[in-house]
Amino acid sequence: MTHLMHVDQPGMFSLVQDLGRYGWQRFGVPANGAMDERAHRIANALVGNDDDAATLECTLTGPTLHFARNTLIALSGADMVVTADGKRVPMNRAVMLRRGVVLAFGACRRGTRTYLAVRGGIDTDPVMGSRSTFVRGAYGGVEGRALRRGDRVPVATPQEDQLPLDRMLVQSGMPFVEAGAVELPAVASGNAVDSAPIRFMRGPQWRKFSLAARQAFVRQPFVISTQSDRMGYRLEGPELALKQPLEMISEACDFGTVQVPPSGSPIVLMADRQSAGGYPKIAYVISTDLPLLAQAAPGDSLHFAPVSLRQAELAAAQAEQAFARFRHDAIEAVFSRAPAPR
Amino acid sequence: MPTALLVPNLTWRIEPVGDRCLIIRLGDQVDIDVSQTVHAVAARLMHAALPGVIDLVPAFTTVAVHYRASARPVTNGSVCKQLKRDIDALLAAGVPALPPSTRVVDIPACYGGEYGPDLEDVAAQCGLSPDETIRRHSQSRQFVYTFFFAPSNPFAGPVDASLHVPRRRTPRTRLPAGSVGIANGISTIYQNDSPGGWNIIARTPWNLFDARQDPPTRLQLGDQLRFVPISPERFAELLEPRA
Repeated sequence: MTHLMHVDQPGMFSLVQDLGRYGWQRFGVPANGAMDERAHRIANALVGNDDDAATLECTLTGPTLHFARNTLIALSGADMVVTADGKRVPMNRAVMLRRGVVLAFGACRRGTRTYLAVRGGIDTDPVMGSRSTFVRGAYGGVEGRALRRGDRVPVATPQEDQLPLDRMLVQSGMPFVEAGAVELPAVASGNAVDSAPIRFMRGPQWRKFSLAARQAFVRQPFVISTQSDRMGYRLEGPELALKQPLEMISEACDFGTVQVPPSGSPIVLMADRQSAGGYPKIAYVISTDLPLLAQAAPGDSLHFAPVSLRQAELAAAQAEQAFARFRHDAIEAVFSRAPAPR
Repeated sequence: MPTALLVPNLTWRIEPVGDRCLIIRLGDQVDIDVSQTVHAVAARLMHAALPGVIDLVPAFTTVAVHYRASARPVTNGSVCKQLKRDIDALLAAGVPALPPSTRVVDIPACYGGEYGPDLEDVAAQCGLSPDETIRRHSQSRQFVYTFFFAPSNPFAGPVDASLHVPRRRTPRTRLPAGSVGIANGISTIYQNDSPGGWNIIARTPWNLFDARQDPPTRLQLGDQLRFVPISPERFAELLEPRA
């Protein structure tokens, strides 16, 4: 069963995304998916969804929406000023929103991408097993494009007993009621891209770059260029030169692969990257730090710090453990009758 | 029990691609032999369905294995190393060779003019007439090595050795979908209007991708492509919509 999310204003670039379209890259089909997987998963966990349920990724601005039924929602990622009938809606908290109440996204105060999760998940038709929108390919999500005014987006409705928050909403006169606060899974080194280094593993062509290039990569800041999008971030900074020109055979890339085209300006491949590429690879950003990049914007400065594969794996394992605890607490907060323990 | 024919002289090297992907290197040059090995290894891994593996991507000389660590306990040590051990064991046990694909696909292609703006330039670089360039390109049977760049965008070869040209020094900012490009002994067919640095010698009216089909590609790895020269009138008749 589904109900509808009505789009009154679309926002600048609001896309349906899940964790990506894996299993099809051998056909040249890019993975797509949420840029900030962590925020996408947090928003989903807060409303009791699976990690892969589709959310709405809102970039720099967000939409104005209302729902046909009382709907459990959560916002995570960039700190946007979101209101319901004029009342501020908290970030990182499950909220039962009254049907018909207008949810309006305002200024983005920090970060770049906010994820709106709805209980049950956005239920557009999967394409090749995923609801992620691929705008260049014009498929996935809502007709393969960003939201438009007047869109009516289906939301899956789980068959379940009335949630305690829904009963509270019925008894209150408020536009929404919120669940208890849940402590967010810790981020290893803060969440401001300006302060925390982006950790990387050395790429296969690391040693083919000049000593000066390797030193510059770890010591000097890079600025995210305005020519950056969901496909990749171009970085401005010291020019990264090879010792000598390389003949490369194209091979697979992943989210976070740092390629250096002949211009010497590195490109970090992001969610809409191609499945393979042919430029020398100086580095791989570790998966745990990709959300920092996803929340960075053109003009932001960043610097890189090298780690080993094992360190990257341990950081990921630690983040997963913290997320598992968070998910447990988030479910308590929404589904238990008593307020969540503080 | 019939003995399956195994890929002969299989050697490989495994490297991490960040902390969620690894790559199996199976050769150093782009050719049909290496490509057949790549396809056989990808097929073997697909069949094995190792825990945590979410995607397998064969390219010219490599198979990439995308995985998620959460399917394997960290207490067993490095997830990448666990997976590497599994793959080493699997490949060491022998990889069944794939039966050679016998499928030949005739792809209509309108050469030269607005359809192939670089045809004359390529001909000049190779010291051939445009007609001879068309003849040699359309008479090479080209093996589909891999798909990337865009959904269903094929890379096939070898192109006739007399037609080896490098990529254009200045990429074009917009190529129409269907453009057939050559560079470094490989042909490709652009699937979306996009920028590109290959030498465009023709355009096909065919659409090779349909997201609603499984597989979504009209061509398959290992297909043998033959480009069949057609007129602009025939191009117009055969032109397929792109969804």
